[in-house]
Amino acid sequence: MTAALFVEQLFNGVQFGLMLFLMAVGVTLVFGIMRVINLAHGSLFMVGGYLLVACVQATGSYWVAVPVAITGVVVVGAAMEVLVLRPLYGRGHLDQVLATFGLTMFFNEAVVVIWGRLPLNVAIPAALDGSIQIFPGVHYPVYRLAITGAALVCGAILYVVIVHTRLGALIRAGSDKREMVEALGVNIGLLYTAVFALGAAFAGFAGMLTGPLLSVETGMGDPILILTLVCIVIGGTGSIRGALAGSLIVGVFDTFSRVMLPQIVGLTAGTAVVGMADYVLMALVLIFSRTGLFAAYRG
Amino acid sequence: MGLSRRTIVHLVLLAAALAVPLSNDIYYTRFATQIAIYGMAAMSCDLLLGYGGMVTFGQAAFFGVGAYATGMLTLAGFHDALIVWPLAMLAAMGFALVIGALSIRAQGFQFIMVTLAFGQMTYYIAQALRDYGGDNGFTMPRRNTFAGVTLANHVLFYYVTLALLVIVLFLCSRLVRSEFGMVIRGRRDNERRLAAIGIPPYRYKLALFVIAGAVAGLGGALMANHARFVSPALLSFQVSGQFLAMVILGSAGTLIGPVFGAAIYLVFQQVLSDYTDHWMIFFGPLLVARVMFVKEGVWGMILAALRAHEPTPAPLPAEEGAAE
Repeated sequence: MTAALFVEQLFNGVQFGLMLFLMAVGVTLVFGIMRVINLAHGSLFMVGGYLLVACVQATGSYWVAVPVAITGVVVVGAAMEVLVLRPLYGRGHLDQVLATFGLTMFFNEAVVVIWGRLPLNVAIPAALDGSIQIFPGVHYPVYRLAITGAALVCGAILYVVIVHTRLGALIRAGSDKREMVEALGVNIGLLYTAVFALGAAFAGFAGMLTGPLLSVETGMGDPILILTLVCIVIGGTGSIRGALAGSLIVGVFDTFSRVMLPQIVGLTAGTAVVGMADYVLMALVLIFSRTGLFAAYRG
Repeated sequence: MGLSRRTIVHLVLLAAALAVPLSNDIYYTRFATQIAIYGMAAMSCDLLLGYGGMVTFGQAAFFGVGAYATGMLTLAGFHDALIVWPLAMLAAMGFALVIGALSIRAQGFQFIMVTLAFGQMTYYIAQALRDYGGDNGFTMPRRNTFAGVTLANHVLFYYVTLALLVIVLFLCSRLVRSEFGMVIRGRRDNERRLAAIGIPPYRYKLALFVIAGAVAGLGGALMANHARFVSPALLSFQVSGQFLAMVILGSAGTLIGPVFGAAIYLVFQQVLSDYTDHWMIFFGPLLVARVMFVKEGVWGMILAALRAHEPTPAPLPAEEGAAE
């Protein structure tokens, strides 16, 4: 592997990892605070992608489309929380998993009804098209750099919200001792909806950023969600730091294994081994630490 | 004592299942075959869920491994079901042993995530089998033979499937009431106490996981023969979710309930898809509603109705009544 290829793949890996982190934030916050595992989080990713396509087609401007689409995802997410998840707090894991599984069935089919079964393509914004030289001899697509930048900005916003705002203090307190926050008279219902909407916004935004790279199609969020769960298991459930670490590890590992494993074990075996790589990594973490690298919640 | 009401219900159900081919419409026979196969897979899920308290979201992996092993062995020239199906079960058990040994280390929510992830891994492995059609899967040239008799006849294949379902149901119901089953149920209710009396839970959980994998693998072997087509779609996480939905529709922890659940699920799917291609848009919310508003699955409701009409309730009805 040449140095140029290494740098390029490292950038790809970090970008993919940050994308996974945008997904993981919502899953881990919702789990850490509400103790709910939301399988429909992948649907929010998908809805984000579709809403972006629809808004770009309607307005022709990304500057208008992105905020409108994010607002749309937040509304969908809040509705999901109020209508389906709220009655399920305090229920068993099975009920929550099945209900959110039912939601993914609904959303995967609803987008087909609205937009059809064919994958949709959305062009890369004109301003971000093309590539630039990041190192001597390494040309890198501007759009991928922009995604990395946007994801980093999201991470920074999240950091400020969590560490420096009242909402963030409540979120931290809630994931530590939910009952105590409730006992202090905080409107816990509103807090839950806010946390869920925040997670939805990040997931939808990840879907929007991914839209121009892949195509937007039904079920696109589900494999991403499962990989996100792998990140969370590796990083430790319920911890944002763990989610970041797990996402970056999986993002970089996934990218490099796709490039290098076929070279090492041969092309035919390579495809099978590549598919397994992330899960083998998760298995290794499970063998050495049952709770992941940065466990915030045990049990 | 005579026959208990529950035994009568079982006999009526069995008679109804046996009578399906009398309809003379091969469509119903094939549909009933499908119900029996999915019922078997859902039952394997119920072993883990209803008795072990383990919410697994990866059972489709073992179903798929059973189907792939069957298809591959058939293509390799092995046609006798008595050789192919046990080998398919063994393959599924091998996967279940490895995946189970790792997954069981995780608890609660993590277990769900980990089984979901390993299920997805198995899906990608199936997808990578380029010699076997990759993403598109492959067709089995013909069904297996059973001790020399071809299973190409749909009615005969249905009766073989039904017989296997009844045998597996019987064996599983013995298993969950055996000493092994008591340990499993005891662990579900209080793992710490079980450990305190000197029984290591891990190996019991793993054994249950492997047994459930074997049952799902047999279901997969039957599925490969039923459809004569095997593809990664059999291993997708949606199929794992389907199995769980079937268990819940029929009542967890009853073994026979999930077979009902499979029937309800498939009938719903069939009826809805007569009206619309987009049946999932209705089924998804139905599943949500079932979880939110209905406490009991169909078999549980039937049992409750039977108990209400039982003239003299025996002591410990749940335990005694479950005996047959």
